[in-house]
Amino acid sequence: MSKWLEFMPRALLATQIVLVFGFTPQVTAATGYGLGRPATPAEIAGWDIDVRPDGQGLPPGRGSVAEGEKIYGEKCASCHGDFGDNPQYAQLAGGVGSLAGSSPVWTVGSALNNATTLFDYINRAMPFPNPKSLTPDEVYALSAYILNLSNIVPADAVLDQKTLPQVKMPNRDGFILFPGLMTAHGKSDIHAVACMHDCVKQVKVISELPAGFTEKFFGDISQEFRGLNTMNQTGEPQWVRVALNDSSAAPPSGYALAQKNGCTACHATDHKIVGPAYRDVAAKYQGDAQALEKLKAKVRKGGAGVWGEVPMPPQTQVSDGDLDAILKWVLSGGATTP
Amino acid sequence: MSEPKPRYGRIVLAPEDFLPTRGLSRRAFFDLLAAGGAAAVSAAVAGRAQADDANLPPHVPPWSKRLGAPVNAAYGQPSPYERNIIRREDPGLTPTREASVVFTPLQNLFGIITPSGLHFERDHGGRPDINPYEHRLMIHGLVRQPKIYTVEDILRFPSVSRIHFIECGANSAMEVRNVSVPTVQYTHGMLGCSEFTGVLLSTLLDDVGYDKKRARFILAEGADAASLTRTIPIEAALDDAMVVYGQNGEMLRPENGYPLRLLVPGFQGISNVKWLRRLKVGDQPFNTREETLHYSDLMPDGKTRQYTWIQEAKSVITSPSGGQQLLDRGYYQITGLAWSGRGKIRRVDVSTDGGRNWHPARLQDPILSKALTRFRFDWHWDGSPALLQSRCIDETGYVQPTVTQWRAVRGTRSIYHYNAIQTWKVDPDGKVSNVQVA
Ligand code: HEC
Ligand code: HEC
Repeated sequence: MSKWLEFMPRALLATQIVLVFGFTPQVTAATGYGLGRPATPAEIAGWDIDVRPDGQGLPPGRGSVAEGEKIYGEKCASCHGDFGDNPQYAQLAGGVGSLAGSSPVWTVGSALNNATTLFDYINRAMPFPNPKSLTPDEVYALSAYILNLSNIVPADAVLDQKTLPQVKMPNRDGFILFPGLMTAHGKSDIHAVACMHDCVKQVKVISELPAGFTEKFFGDISQEFRGLNTMNQTGEPQWVRVALNDSSAAPPSGYALAQKNGCTACHATDHKIVGPAYRDVAAKYQGDAQALEKLKAKVRKGGAGVWGEVPMPPQTQVSDGDLDAILKWVLSGGATTP
Repeated sequence: MSEPKPRYGRIVLAPEDFLPTRGLSRRAFFDLLAAGGAAAVSAAVAGRAQADDANLPPHVPPWSKRLGAPVNAAYGQPSPYERNIIRREDPGLTPTREASVVFTPLQNLFGIITPSGLHFERDHGGRPDINPYEHRLMIHGLVRQPKIYTVEDILRFPSVSRIHFIECGANSAMEVRNVSVPTVQYTHGMLGCSEFTGVLLSTLLDDVGYDKKRARFILAEGADAASLTRTIPIEAALDDAMVVYGQNGEMLRPENGYPLRLLVPGFQGISNVKWLRRLKVGDQPFNTREETLHYSDLMPDGKTRQYTWIQEAKSVITSPSGGQQLLDRGYYQITGLAWSGRGKIRRVDVSTDGGRNWHPARLQDPILSKALTRFRFDWHWDGSPALLQSRCIDETGYVQPTVTQWRAVRGTRSIYHYNAIQTWKVDPDGKVSNVQVA
């Protein structure tokens, strides 16, 4: 014990002496773990991408609605629709003023409170298959175009570090704080009591699944229970034998590569998403010896017209090797199970 | 007076109960044919005709008469007979599988710990494959010394292990307006509970010398494609929030944030930012996309509640539950889970008549703060229709509301924080299904 006390101050002193020559005199001396290292301004600048409602964090740059329209057509419209109106993906435009009505339409235009959040999100997360690939100018332009789709900024608007935070969003004052749900010790706004006996006069079923719904959308749900102890049967369920004889393991690598390269965001094997079903692509090019090379070029460059109006954005992120493997797999039918 | 005829459910009898199964039914035969082809069928039929009763007492099954497999030095997997106990997608819920969710099979789990491989996964830009040697955690903003930590640094800090639940803020969202999914996997399966190991966030904030006067909010950011961001209030950050690397004794699984994630116990799932790369200390909330356009609550008056972090008390019966089938009258153990983002569960009541009468359930130790609590209740089914419900009360005295009480306050426009009492209907034929009652 006394030994410890004796050594303690000296140990601390030693840390301090070392640290005077380092970067962090007070901080690390206080805890003394000596872990981590100072982050340099350049390192911070590379990652510090968030933008606050007051505009803090916005990079220099500018972009107009017209510039945004062009980029949007190339990189965003395939998923979000020409006018930001495809509800299949997050809807970007429309619905302004609808939130208090009987059928609210929740979009960037109708619901967002600050344009800075739109910039922040596009900059970090879009386009969905290639995030962090846009320049600040492009993000300003895309923000301007998306806001113009809901008539929040005029068609000749140019947004930059100064003007973007000033955009008055229709729902700017639509957000409120409810302290009851902000801390563990807050008070709820729902006050039920724990009655024990004769609590309701008559119990009425007010909602259940329509007949056939479960089978149609979920298939045979009895399969989703353990054969033992689920009450569904006392014997061995049928799938056991089938499963034990079935060698289907991981999906083949073509599918894994398509997933890795973001193709599955727009393509599935057996149904159209944004792009055609891979099964249909295989059928179309069956017997075409040039198909592989043609499709390689097409996927790299992107483009529209073969399957419809919607273009495929250029897929520059995928390596030659991956693309070759993916397309061979696509042309073989794109099976997700052997 | 004759006895009322017992009305059994769809029983597939165990061989020893009735006649030994000689071969397969016609229906089963065709299913097998479709699934595995002729070879599988003949193998299965042959195996089955000889196996079933031959493996039962008084006979001795083959696995008792020959050596088993050698010890397994690889990562152990569940028995092949558990193959259908997996996470599942709600078909058609999301347009892409990278911004999507798979649900925990609560109907098949015991106790309170969710096996890591069955813990629900919700991603907004796919699941990144992160090299832990190249992963960094940056802490900056209102701090004396902005720092970068390697994963090794984080593993060297003084650590704590704690059991907590993680529930997505949108858990049960599909049920806000009406019943729309069949089983507890989909109604409540954006829920998991693990033993997490990591460093208290307060330890790291001290290490960078956070500005005690001005620091009020922290931005947490992921290293995934979405670089998902959320605002964490400083009180929670200094209270029990952790930077986590361990889950159930091993490193986090990739789908749950490998190698580092934030854990803010009791908060909406999304606050527990996965693949954590950056913490920025600030003096204002950050108003990110995930706390404006999403994970905010549109109220009946058209106003939207923002930063509603806390997951209020909730419970659900996991068995019997939707999709199950009571095979006969008699004894059933009703069991389920209860949890609260405000602390411990104090009591759980069970009703078998749709909420007219309630009976206290038994709670299983340990009862931990902001963790799942397992409850059990003995029930003898007499074959008449039943409506099974559970209702929990947490240590603050908050009582889980009915569907009607919840909607009266929150309306039906918001999809978040839906914690109303769940009802499972038991038909006279033993079929259990998802319903809502008033
Ligand atoms: C491959 C399809 C795809 C492409 C291409 C794409 N997005 Fe998205 N976008 C999505 C998906 C999916 C989401 C929702 C992600 C989630 O659920 O977290 C989304 C969300 C958004 C949102 C948030 C909307 C909301 O309500 O939360 C904005 C803004 C957005 N995208 C803008 C863009 C812009 C600008 C581009 C072009 C640079 C683009 N997107 C390209 C698929 C796409
Ligand atoms: C943003 C959505 C999107 C993404 C991401 C995407 N595609 Fe496409 N893809 C499309 C659309 C739309 C078409 C239809 C183009 C047309 O009609 O010419 C298409 C067409 C195709 C075709 C058929 C081309 C033809 O001319 O017949 C192939 C093959 C293909 N995509 C492969 C890929 C691969 C491989 C990837 C990933 C590296 C990928 N796609 C990523 C949207 C997408």
